[in-house]
Amino acid sequence: MSAVDHPAPAHEIRERFGFWKRSYAMLIKEFIQLKRDRVSFAMIVMLPVMQLLLFGYAINTTPHNLPSAVLLQEESDLARSVLKALENTAYFRFIYEVHDVDEFDNLLKSGKVLFGVEIPRGFERAVRRGDKPALLVAADATDPVAASAALGSLGMIVQTALAHDLYIGNPPEMPFEIRAHARYNPAANSSLNIVPGLVGTILTMTMLIFTALSVTREVERGTMESLLSMPIKPVEVMFGKIIPYVLVGFVQAFLIIGIGVFLFGVPVLGNLFLLALLSTLFITANLAIGYTISTLVQNQLQAMQMSMMFFLPSILLSGFMFPFAGMPNWARYVGECLPLTHYLRIVRAIMLKGASMPNLRFDAAALAVLMLVAMTIAVTRFRRTLD
Amino acid sequence: MSGGSDIAIDVKGLTKSFKGREVVHDLSMQVKRGSIYGFLGPNGSGKTTTIRILCGLLTPDSGEGTCLGYDILKDAEKIKRQVGYMTQRFSLYQDLSVRENLEFVARLYGMRDARGAARDMIKRLGLSGREEQLAGELSGGWKQRLALGACTLPNPKLLLLDEPTAGVDPKARRDFWNEIHALAADGLTVLVSTHYMDEAERCHEIAYIAYGHLLTHGTVEEVIAGSALTTYTVTGENLNDLTAALTGKPGIDMVAPFGTSLHVSGREVAALEASIAPWRDNSGLHWHKSAPSLEDVFIELMGRSKDNFQG
Repeated sequence: MSAVDHPAPAHEIRERFGFWKRSYAMLIKEFIQLKRDRVSFAMIVMLPVMQLLLFGYAINTTPHNLPSAVLLQEESDLARSVLKALENTAYFRFIYEVHDVDEFDNLLKSGKVLFGVEIPRGFERAVRRGDKPALLVAADATDPVAASAALGSLGMIVQTALAHDLYIGNPPEMPFEIRAHARYNPAANSSLNIVPGLVGTILTMTMLIFTALSVTREVERGTMESLLSMPIKPVEVMFGKIIPYVLVGFVQAFLIIGIGVFLFGVPVLGNLFLLALLSTLFITANLAIGYTISTLVQNQLQAMQMSMMFFLPSILLSGFMFPFAGMPNWARYVGECLPLTHYLRIVRAIMLKGASMPNLRFDAAALAVLMLVAMTIAVTRFRRTLD
Repeated sequence: MSGGSDIAIDVKGLTKSFKGREVVHDLSMQVKRGSIYGFLGPNGSGKTTTIRILCGLLTPDSGEGTCLGYDILKDAEKIKRQVGYMTQRFSLYQDLSVRENLEFVARLYGMRDARGAARDMIKRLGLSGREEQLAGELSGGWKQRLALGACTLPNPKLLLLDEPTAGVDPKARRDFWNEIHALAADGLTVLVSTHYMDEAERCHEIAYIAYGHLLTHGTVEEVIAGSALTTYTVTGENLNDLTAALTGKPGIDMVAPFGTSLHVSGREVAALEASIAPWRDNSGLHWHKSAPSLEDVFIELMGRSKDNFQG
């Protein structure tokens, strides 16, 4: 040290473990920034809780108390007992009893009722005679989900009602039996299916957006320029930016599953550790995709739009909204490329069916592949200069 | 490798275009180790682009050279380790505190004791008591100080400062320059771009760049002497009328008011003398021939380069 009057550079630089040190520097920085961003921090907790409560309580694809009307053209015991049987299913709630066809039509047209049953004149007598009279059922099928479930249940109900209450010429046992057996969800309770699905959907949305904004934010705030002038490599930037959010994702998954179990009574039949492990894989895959988006776009608005472009097919084609098996082939191929598709299978299988690793090998491997592909694109696409 | 050489920056023929517009044209320069090199020129002249090329943030379209003995095209990673770059716009994290920003830099460069290094730098910068303040909440002068601290923290050999004192008050500017001189005395090479003439005069060497062309370079004295500009300083009354009368006359390249005096300059002495002759004997005006100021030289260069490269 030659000059005494100048403070000597006392702090030496070590090259060893440079990769870990630089990734760690980035990680600590991201954590502090996340901690400072109160709104984002609150959203980490608020978003899953709110969505879960909304979806879980409000959205139930099983119809319930559908407002219905009955056009009663005869007053008979049989008619009453059919109506009673319908109401007992809790699918229908008869709020109008009309005696005029026009009135009946108007109720349906105006949307005051979604369902109408017409009991024709001479119904009971025809039944007694074995004439198989027509029981007209009109449903507002603009909401096909509600209508079809209710329609599907109708035939059985009516037959049961007739068989029980009546002394009619029909045999006491029905000549055929319609048995609807909803496996794993015998009550056809939507929340059992929706809660595990929501774990995946909420994680996709939050994870994607967190990292999709991360690189563009640095560019827009001007901090990218000095970051690039420092000796940090693209992989290190990526790890530093992804790892804090793996933890965030984990907290969210924990919250959703916790609420699902305690509020909605969703079982976790499989191994919790396996669920945690594969969830981490899924979270990381989504973060990697979000991060890839952020290396492809120019600003935060584009990042948001591109995230949405990825998010929508994830919801529609993953089997969250519609049964995967019912989709055309091309849609299924697209679906297979989305992490959510595989995670939905995993999370439903573990929670509802108690599946273990051997059952899930394919989907776990698919998640890992998608994650690695996204990371590779991100690292190669990361602009190391301002050119 | 010219590691032992006393030249810190040695580049030749740098050219860079953005979308077909040439921003830097065939730029060559040499900067001695341990010197303070001033980079001057109008806005959009290519100063920032040149600095970014030097620290590996931009790749030149053509040209070659070394920075601290490393090839600017191939060894960008090695250059980054030894160069501190202070951007024109404040580019530290506004939502991190002073201490956190410095610790981040220290960790990124792999310093053994990041906390200690940050603590020492805070003391050195005179930021004690503000270490927990968010960088975004600091005043302009303090921000600039922190930015300088952050880029000197990993003990670089070369500092690239892009208009570091823009928008900073005179006292803070002076402190800043004292710090830069202290760093240069320690052997650090400093390349600094600026618009301020007083700052240019505090540099060991300066270069003037306009429209991507390096027009002149050398010490302040050399640049003034090399300008071949003759300047008359006029004091007296009705200088506004005189300005109007002289502007555009043959031989008069520039008429610029400086407070209570007027600088009248031109490259061709004979034509200049002829043009001002009618006013020389005016009793209300005092004429005397003086050396052009650095500003005269630059404004004249700027006017000339505009004709040459934008016409």
